[in-house]
Amino acid sequence: MAEPMKIRATMAGDTADIKVLMNHPMETGQRKDPKTGQLIPAHHITEVNATLNGKTVLEAEWSGAISKNPYLGFKVKGAKAGDKVTISWKDNLGETNSADATVS
Amino acid sequence: MNVLRRNILKGATAAGTLAMAAGLFGTGNAFAAYNSAAFSAKTVADALKGMGAGTPTDSKDITIKAPDIAENGAVVPVEITSNIAGTTAIAIMAEKNANPLVANFKLSNGAEAFVSTRIKMGQTAMVRAIVTAGGKTYTAVKEVKVTIGGCGG
Repeated sequence: MAEPMKIRATMAGDTADIKVLMNHPMETGQRKDPKTGQLIPAHHITEVNATLNGKTVLEAEWSGAISKNPYLGFKVKGAKAGDKVTISWKDNLGETNSADATVS
Repeated sequence: MNVLRRNILKGATAAGTLAMAAGLFGTGNAFAAYNSAAFSAKTVADALKGMGAGTPTDSKDITIKAPDIAENGAVVPVEITSNIAGTTAIAIMAEKNANPLVANFKLSNGAEAFVSTRIKMGQTAMVRAIVTAGGKTYTAVKEVKVTIGGCGG
C-alpha cells in the first residue's frame, strides 16, 4: 500500500544533510470532493521518526497542513559516511512505512 | 449510604484503570504520543497552550526562510534555522489556517537546529516558528502572501 520513500543523505563537512521525500496524500479533512460535494476524510501523516545508527535524532508531529507527498530536510552534526539513516512514519489511519539509507 | 454515588465512583475507577492500560499497552511502538490538543486548536494562543509553550519571547536568532509571495498555498517551502544555543524543538504555525499548528519537530543526538519542509496555507498569513531551548520558548514570524489557498477546495 505505502509507496517507497526517497532518502538522500550526504556529508557536508561534519554534518549530514538528510533530505526525505515521502509518498502520502496528506488529506486535511477540510477538502470537498468536487464531484459529490462530500468532505474527503482526513488522511495524513501524524508522526515521523528519524534515527541515525539506531539513535533518535528527530521526532516530528505533523498536522494535515504539511503538503502532499511531504518533503523533510534536516541536518545531523557528528555523523559520518556509512552511517545508517532510518525514517519511519505513521498516519492517522494507523498505516506505517519505514525506509533506510546510508550516509555518503 | 448513597448506593448510586458508590457505583459511580467505582465506575470511574474502573474507567481510569482501563484508560491507563490502554496508555501502557495500546500503542506498542516507538512513536511519541500525538499532541491532538495542540493540533486541533483553532487559534495560535490555544495551540501554544496545547504545546505547553507558555508565552514565547520574540527572538532575532530564529531565521524563517519562506517565499514573500506564494503563488500556490498548497506547497509553501519553509525552512527554519535557530541560532539559539541548546535548541531542542522547532514548531511551525501558519497563523490563519483552520488549525494553526502545522508541525512540531523534536531534535536530539546531534540534530542541528534546522528543519526544512513544505506546508499548506489557506490564505495570506504569518508563518510563526516556535523554538524551545533550555526550557524556554522563543518565536519569530514571517509574512507569506498567498494568491491561491491550499486548504479549502
